[in-house]
Amino acid sequence: MLSKGLKRKREEEEKKEEEGLSVDSWWLDQGHPAAAQTPPPVASSSLFDLSVLKLHHSLRQGEPDLRHLVLVVNTLRRIQESMEPTTSLPPVSMPPTAPSVADSLLASSDAALSASMASLLEDLNHIEDLNQVPQPQADEGPPGRSVGGVPPNLGALDLLGPATGCLLDDGLEGLFEDIDTSMYDSELWVPASEGLKPGPENGPAKEETPELDEAELDYLMDVLVGTQALERPPGPGR
Amino acid sequence: MVLAWLPVASAHPHRGRHWSSRSQICVIVNTALTLWSTEGSTVKTTAIEEVVNSRMTRTLTEIDSQEESSGHSLLLQSCRCSSQEFCPADIISTVEFNYSGDLLATGDKGGRVVIFQREQENKGRTHSRGEYNVYSTFQSHEPEFDYLKSLEIEEKINKIRWLPQQNAAHFLLSTNDKTIKLWKISERDKRAEGYNLKDEDGRLRDPFRITALRVPILKPMDLMVEASPRRIFANAHTYHINSISVNSDHETYLSADDLRINLWHLEITDRSFNIVDIKPANMEELTEVITAAEFHPHQCNVLVYSSSKGTIRLCDMRSSALCDRHAKFFEEPEDPSSRSFFSEIISSISDVKFSHSGRYMMTRDYLSVKVWDLNMEGRPVETHQVHEYLRSKLCSLYENDCIFDKFECCWNGSDSAIMTGSYNNFFRMFDRNTRRDVTLEASRENSKPRACLKPRKVCTGGKRKKDEISVDSLDFNKKILHTAWHPMESIIAVAATNNLYIFQDKIN
Repeated sequence: MLSKGLKRKREEEEKKEEEGLSVDSWWLDQGHPAAAQTPPPVASSSLFDLSVLKLHHSLRQGEPDLRHLVLVVNTLRRIQESMEPTTSLPPVSMPPTAPSVADSLLASSDAALSASMASLLEDLNHIEDLNQVPQPQADEGPPGRSVGGVPPNLGALDLLGPATGCLLDDGLEGLFEDIDTSMYDSELWVPASEGLKPGPENGPAKEETPELDEAELDYLMDVLVGTQALERPPGPGR
Repeated sequence: MVLAWLPVASAHPHRGRHWSSRSQICVIVNTALTLWSTEGSTVKTTAIEEVVNSRMTRTLTEIDSQEESSGHSLLLQSCRCSSQEFCPADIISTVEFNYSGDLLATGDKGGRVVIFQREQENKGRTHSRGEYNVYSTFQSHEPEFDYLKSLEIEEKINKIRWLPQQNAAHFLLSTNDKTIKLWKISERDKRAEGYNLKDEDGRLRDPFRITALRVPILKPMDLMVEASPRRIFANAHTYHINSISVNSDHETYLSADDLRINLWHLEITDRSFNIVDIKPANMEELTEVITAAEFHPHQCNVLVYSSSKGTIRLCDMRSSALCDRHAKFFEEPEDPSSRSFFSEIISSISDVKFSHSGRYMMTRDYLSVKVWDLNMEGRPVETHQVHEYLRSKLCSLYENDCIFDKFECCWNGSDSAIMTGSYNNFFRMFDRNTRRDVTLEASRENSKPRACLKPRKVCTGGKRKKDEISVDSLDFNKKILHTAWHPMESIIAVAATNNLYIFQDKIN
């Protein structure tokens, strides 16, 4: 079971950011008289790590700020391209339960980033599609816009459809009376599918995830391991 | 002080619901704290401490004794601001003058709207300038909970836009991330006395005692300003609303979130029309979001929207129902000599505003303000540097997330000057005719009433002169993101975190 220590996570994150500060303090040399207008052609890895941290922090929000996410990912892409201009991961689709995937992912941080981002985005797409099954274009505007219901296999996943459930009437309270609490205890966001895609195709898309408490590598591990948990019976819903 | 939570399983009327960070709900029963699980049974109470700690910035809501029911009552939500200088809920998030400039509305992070009204100037005293006093305060938005997504929706007011005044009442639109509300602000300064059927204190009179009829007369009373929500436009945005803009037809308005722009009719709340949708079929391909949108001040079919990549698209609603294809595309080619990893982030446009004339539009990116001629898409006609000295600090600003700050900008009434905010409570004004610019500071220490603001200067390198401030001494927590200019006079409103400053131009 994953730790729910939010506080611990934040401390870890701050430590990482602090380490980033001390490792490359020349970035922060504010007294530098003729500060460079252009960065070095190859970014130091700490800028990359910083961007990855920002990306994960952004994704961990309940509802990530899409603008922040898009900008961080685009910046990360630029840094990645400058660091390894010839990197191009072959598209690999692997079964989510294969432990060897973890090894190959961890072997290369770029691959890990690509994998996690690709899987997040793909799943976002998947979930959006599920919500828009009746009419892809009809999630705005027309009266009586359907909520789409809770796709039965989402389980612990958050819905990404139109925010129609913002204000519930009293009458709907009864629907939640027998909710299995364990559904809400879970803080692990798990993608529905896992796939490796080449780095340059990555883009941000995940709208929200439940809070994740693991460090970057642990997070990737849990993502892989936790896909198994998706198969449990769905919670009550419409 | 404790937080108020409400049981999901009960049928009590309530003002709002809040889920704890542990997704359990607790309810205050009289003065005791009871933690309810979603199954309706009581659970231990120790978890409440954690729950309380996670709600550091909730705002105050009142005890509403009318909602007591079978012994249950709601207690106050609290704002745990003892450790902070100010309550985070007081941070001003939007400032807007109305069309006449007599009213100034501010929205804050706690969902409140405060409206200031300009005093009528005394005719006898020529030097008396109308001051702005509080006219009305109301809670526009409350924090909400989206049950389907298990997310809380912030009550922070993102934007306020006034409607043109058509009768004695004032109307404004206020929006948070998801819901737009139309508020009516009306005055009551008379009350009727001398009813036939009831006494002065409201009790019904005994019919047998009524022997004569009288006409009620209107008597003056202390001015009472009431704000009431007239329309609620909800459930139309999947993503966070960043802009609203009232059309020049005064009947419709647009609301824009990260990926879509919707068109509403002010009278109709149950539907809106989607006019721009930049959501890609595959979200993996998303590289750009909408950052701001506005209707043209005179042409009711024209709107513009800006993007995170520094581009502006002008759309004509007459061309098609879905304005995905722009009529004009404004983008300045990138200067290769200043290219960096942060080029895209600093080019992201945080605000777009048409000039009053409708001939120009102004965009604000991280380091500059640009004025565009609507007839020239290739480049702006003017570029004003707001704080170019920050260009060498972009990496630090990326690290502390300041590079993502969204500054707004505004025109003066005659479109001859523009204003925008910066850090250290500085704000900048540019005179387009004389090409002069000035940096001023909005702070209590440095501004005495009736005293002129002293121009400030940031020292970028070398020897720091007296009265200059060096870049390294700038306080990046003191940011002026929201400013507004009176539509006709030389009066400006500047929001510095949780303080509002109003400055007037001195006239001899």
